[in-house]
Amino acid sequence: MSEAQLQSPIVGARRIETTALFARYATLIALVALIIFNVAHPHNFLTWQTLSVNLTQVATIVIVGVGMTLVIATGGIDLSVGSLMAISGAICARIILGKVVNLGEIHFAVAVGMIAGVGIAGAFGWFNGWMITRFKIQPIIATLVLFIAGRGLAQVLTNGDLQPLKIPEFQWIGLGRIGALPGGFPGVPVQVIIMVALVAAAAYALRRSLFGRQILAIGGNERAARLAGVPVAQVKRWVYCISGLCAGVAGLVVIAINSSSDANLVGLDMELDAIAAVAVGGTLLSGGRATVTGTLLGALIIQLVRYTLLANGIPDDYAKIVKAGLIVAAVWLQGQGRS
Amino acid sequence: MTASSLLSMRAISKAFAGIPALSSASLEVGSGEVHALVGQNGAGKSTMIKILTGYVRRAEGEIIFDGAPFESRSPQDAQSRGISTIYQEINLVPFRSVTENICLGREKRRYGLLDWPAMHAEANALLARFKIDVDVRKPLLRYNTATQQMVAIARAIGFSAKLVIMDEPTSSLDEREVAVLFDVIRHLKAEGVSVIFVSHKLDELYAVCDRVTIMRDGRTVKSANMNAISKLELVAAMLGRDIAQVAKSATAFGERRGRVGDVVLTATNLSAGHKVHDVSLNVRRGEIVGLAGLLGAGRTETARLVFGADPLRSGSLTLDGSPLAPQAPIDAIKRGIGFSPEDRKAEGTVPDMSVAENLTLALMPQLARAGIVDEAKQREIVEKFISRLGIKCSGPDQKIRELSGGNQQKVLLARWLAMNPKLVILDEPTRGIDVGAKAEIQTLIKELADQGLSVLMISSELEEVIEGSDRVFVLREGRNAAEFSHAQINEDAVMAAMAHGEDTEREVRAE
Repeated sequence: MSEAQLQSPIVGARRIETTALFARYATLIALVALIIFNVAHPHNFLTWQTLSVNLTQVATIVIVGVGMTLVIATGGIDLSVGSLMAISGAICARIILGKVVNLGEIHFAVAVGMIAGVGIAGAFGWFNGWMITRFKIQPIIATLVLFIAGRGLAQVLTNGDLQPLKIPEFQWIGLGRIGALPGGFPGVPVQVIIMVALVAAAAYALRRSLFGRQILAIGGNERAARLAGVPVAQVKRWVYCISGLCAGVAGLVVIAINSSSDANLVGLDMELDAIAAVAVGGTLLSGGRATVTGTLLGALIIQLVRYTLLANGIPDDYAKIVKAGLIVAAVWLQGQGRS
Repeated sequence: MTASSLLSMRAISKAFAGIPALSSASLEVGSGEVHALVGQNGAGKSTMIKILTGYVRRAEGEIIFDGAPFESRSPQDAQSRGISTIYQEINLVPFRSVTENICLGREKRRYGLLDWPAMHAEANALLARFKIDVDVRKPLLRYNTATQQMVAIARAIGFSAKLVIMDEPTSSLDEREVAVLFDVIRHLKAEGVSVIFVSHKLDELYAVCDRVTIMRDGRTVKSANMNAISKLELVAAMLGRDIAQVAKSATAFGERRGRVGDVVLTATNLSAGHKVHDVSLNVRRGEIVGLAGLLGAGRTETARLVFGADPLRSGSLTLDGSPLAPQAPIDAIKRGIGFSPEDRKAEGTVPDMSVAENLTLALMPQLARAGIVDEAKQREIVEKFISRLGIKCSGPDQKIRELSGGNQQKVLLARWLAMNPKLVILDEPTRGIDVGAKAEIQTLIKELADQGLSVLMISSELEEVIEGSDRVFVLREGRNAAEFSHAQINEDAVMAAMAHGEDTEREVRAE
């Protein structure tokens, strides 16, 4: 056998042992298994309606999960995302409802409301990154600040009241569909399109962009990255800012679906759902290795398990236990893949 | 002396995914014998040790330890049966006290609670044997790396070992501490404990070892009494070359051909922290300047100030005549300075990233167009450096952590060479690297200087500083102790300056 053959990638691939291979594709295998199981059971699984419902359910988790994946790739964590969703929702709703200033034309008001909501959530995200890099506070503590204060702020902004928001021009992002056909195809939900676009952009950026490489270098070895000239503080601030922006978008989608903004409920427990999706998706929680598409698959698996259990008459409380089991399995598999 | 055999490993073979790491290798160690195990990186030393300690299962062969067949399932298993291992890296808990570290995993209990007096007493007794003067109640991180290393050694020997494996134990020790370690090894030997000693420093082997086993390409090529084999024979066997081919000089720097030009870097009265006080130095174009000193003399700290890795309290820097005030490494990098750190694993490589990504980590911003990395261009540059520096890897996409130490170091050098720098600072460029790769790196440094690159080189290996440098600055306790150029550089003078600093300077002036 010649040198060249020895070094070919095919031989390299064969070297990966079975467990490592299984660990690498475990997320995908689990997803396929779940789909096959559901197809075999008569609950009208293979309908556009079912797919649409499931995708809609995961859209906000995945949107937040995209930012969370980037944060975790640097070796950090962002607990504030749920609260930032509430802030974004509260601000957007108040602007659209004309409670801040009267903007007159409804499309203009919707645009300003959305930009302000997402922008302010992004600014708070930047604040997280600033605290972490300026004062060397551990990310879990730094983002805990806004986890607590953020929801309080959202409640203060709205006096704790539920704000009804029946504005079709705005709710399109949560309820609208694109590509409906006269033959009966209802179209793809707008939020699913937002989700797919964000996943695609982030996956591409992580793999091919300078920013993505810098994120992974920081997560892989922060000291080495700094000594190689990676602007660690700047990259981290941007990453937390992006996480805030993603949370802001998710906040808008939620209030659009609910036809109201409720600071007490919007984004509740979202940080945990997003982290779970990232973990099940195969991103290394200590940083340095990350997959955005994995996060999408992770969220889909968690959702499908829940759907499967509910469709078979098992209460939602049990689904939570199964979800925890999934996380344990994912982390265990990650350990197998490493060695 | 070696009448009875303690350990006998025969015809050991092991392959990783079809690629042989060991082919019928053997190792015989007698009771109370200090046995050197040498070979280049990849020769199979560490696989041999990992099989013995139970990290890795052997595929073929037999092991007899202490008169009975031996098969270790895990390092704990090996330890409980009398085989202790001391690694290069310190595997201790820095925040806990010295006592806790020594007694970790075998704490003494009384009435269900920890028996602190007994544990402190045991720790003190053990450390006394090593002549280490520390307060066992204080956290380990209060003490320097060398002391921590000694604590690790004490801990391993505390397990009533019959065989102690030392994998490059001296790489982070200074000369005095090496002497203490050697005393301990002799003491162990007198008690009948055997030692397997892995080191790249030949002088150490001759100082302390009885026998030597030389490995190459997964085979045992030679076993001999230490006093029956010359240094040259030893190196020749390791490299698989004729003695005639092995150069007579200890390092591979050779004659300098390049011309030394104008001053590139000046550092004036640098001060920072508790470790650097008024240090001044300068480096000319195409010059290799050695920075010598004992452990803790402030060499690395000074280098980090030049590179902007740590904040400067006072003093000034110039590069090519204009002021240099780096707030962060990126500022120094933009001015054409590179820095290859001492601890490759902690500060150099990003282990999960590929050779290509590690090599271009500093260059990356220049490879990106509109924020997207030009992968074709990256590959071209990486392949150029892989062949130019002879980096042994399966290709640009291989993970850097799978490479040997020497090849990792070459990737880190290439990281800076790709930037076309004016000055590179090399902190212990050949530490923990096998003899062959070491010579290659030394030759490379010399060639680069000949081509006009300025090099500031820190090395704890005296011969590297003496043979490699055009000028040497000696630091002692964070201050300039002496400066030697060309003809003045010799081992005695540099060593004297490292040890006595200012006195030597005065003596030199008196002459």
